[in-house]
Amino acid sequence: MLEFSILLPAILNGLTTGAIYALIALGLTLIYGVLHIINFAHGSLLMLALYGVFFLHSLFGVDPYLALPIEALALFAVGYGLQRFVIGHASHGKDENILLVTLGLSVIIENLALYLWRSDTRTIETPYSFEVIDFGVAFIAVPKAIAFIGALLVAALLWLLMTRTDLGRAIRALARERQGARLVGINVEHIFAMSFGIGCACLGIAACLLLPSFYVSPQVGHAFVLVAFTVVVLGGMGSFVGALLGGLIIGVTESLGGLFLGESLGQLGIFLIFIIVLLFRPNGLLGQRV
Amino acid sequence: MRNLATIIIFCLVMAPVPLLIQSDFWITWLTLALFYAYLGQAWNLLGGYGGQFSFGHALFFGTGAYCTAILQIHFHINAWGGFVLATVAGGLIGAGTGWLVFRYGLRGSYFALVTLAFAEVFRILANSFDFTGAGVGLLVPLQPGIAQMQFESKAGFFWLLLMLVAVGLLFTWWLENARFGARLMAVRENEDAARALGVDPFDTKLRAIAISGAMAGSAGAVYVQLFLYIDPNIAYGPAMSVEALLVPIIGGLGTIFGPVLGAFALHVIAEIGRLAFGEAPGLNLVLYGILLVLMVLFLPNGLFGLGRVNFSTARLRRLFKRGSHA
Repeated sequence: MLEFSILLPAILNGLTTGAIYALIALGLTLIYGVLHIINFAHGSLLMLALYGVFFLHSLFGVDPYLALPIEALALFAVGYGLQRFVIGHASHGKDENILLVTLGLSVIIENLALYLWRSDTRTIETPYSFEVIDFGVAFIAVPKAIAFIGALLVAALLWLLMTRTDLGRAIRALARERQGARLVGINVEHIFAMSFGIGCACLGIAACLLLPSFYVSPQVGHAFVLVAFTVVVLGGMGSFVGALLGGLIIGVTESLGGLFLGESLGQLGIFLIFIIVLLFRPNGLLGQRV
Repeated sequence: MRNLATIIIFCLVMAPVPLLIQSDFWITWLTLALFYAYLGQAWNLLGGYGGQFSFGHALFFGTGAYCTAILQIHFHINAWGGFVLATVAGGLIGAGTGWLVFRYGLRGSYFALVTLAFAEVFRILANSFDFTGAGVGLLVPLQPGIAQMQFESKAGFFWLLLMLVAVGLLFTWWLENARFGARLMAVRENEDAARALGVDPFDTKLRAIAISGAMAGSAGAVYVQLFLYIDPNIAYGPAMSVEALLVPIIGGLGTIFGPVLGAFALHVIAEIGRLAFGEAPGLNLVLYGILLVLMVLFLPNGLFGLGRVNFSTARLRRLFKRGSHA
């Protein structure tokens, strides 16, 4: 029989990773919910954000948590620009074209990183990197605990933004009825780009929370992009609560899969969930029928 | 008939090239261009004619490559036999994934993501087992000679791939005039309308993905004999999937000559990139990515779309108009 004392830390660790996944997926689901496009470059943009945190720390000595506002703003700007000037012009009436453009962007970003920074895996060291909190039944690394709380806080803020502000109302109006939103005077292109920017800002925040307990390499985005899609698909495309729930489920699945099957085969669990959900329940756990 | 004549002329012009050019470098260059043309033809069949954009054609390519390599190394099966079996394996994997995916009505972006996920699953599996050589990969023993599909002169591979490309060209030419092709294009344009007209979309798409998978699988078998090596990242990694879709997109989606044109254009551009920036990891893929974005933004009909100039200038004008509005 399996010891509870092994299982519980694995689940707790999975939940902390899951919160980060949820944050990344929130950005993706926001972009999907409003623009109805699948942002294939999401993982590569996260990788770019992670390098941003890394270089801010190693070149200027900026603490990853202090880099948070810089990162969020920088990624917002990147996202806004991409949607406004590249992705927004690509559709020609076909969703596939947008998918191709974001695929092209991810190929560019990923390989440019490979060219500039080589495929080395890099980590940063902070005074609190190896500190742990004792929960009695399990130890949790301090950066992971901060990441967990931070991710949930950002999710709450995002929810407030969407429900309590004019920007949020405009975004939701646009998600529901594009033509109608334009008729009541919403600047559609601007709000589209804002949504894309906010979705990317989530990545900047996720990168700051992630790096103290993780690493960065040019391929790291590749690992995250399918995980993020799995979370979004599992939770239901465009559903906020679904993304949170999906993230936590995937985090725990990965952690338990790694425990039982080993590091490399453990990843399989995520892809299998992805394929199975897409095949049998493409609307996800909480998604509405489109 | 004009298309058929062009195909015949293309083959007649290409066939004597290795006899005229003595340089090994250029024959290898042309051989690789033909290889990607063939892989692109496989993708074009499903993506260009069927409208199903796969992001994971490496799944079929890699399965074909591993199939022939494993048969040769562990079971000492002749490479030509391996080639046939790899084609069958590619077709079966294609039919299998198609059956799963199309049965549940996954379309568009979902289809792209699932094919990518399948390729990733196979990459992880190939990475984890000994008989696929795990992360180290498989080295196919060198046995020069036509009997093992390892030609002594570079020209052998050139002619083999030219033949495969010719088969691909003839097949797409047939497709454009056949009932099956008409059904496939009807499904691409509007699945519900096609169903209303009595076309079975599931059956049509299943056939297309099986044929496309078989072609990509046979491409994998040739690749293994050409390079005598395969590993999980080459076989199932995203690079091969991207090239497979980039070639027809550059040349012209859903056209007979698009993949051939695209493959040659892509390799000319890659060569220029190499001359300009030197050999560096990732740089050619950066170039491919930029090409993909530019093609979709400005030439969504590929190089063949350039023929219809009026159409594309109208598109550009509309684009700029939209840009200035924003």
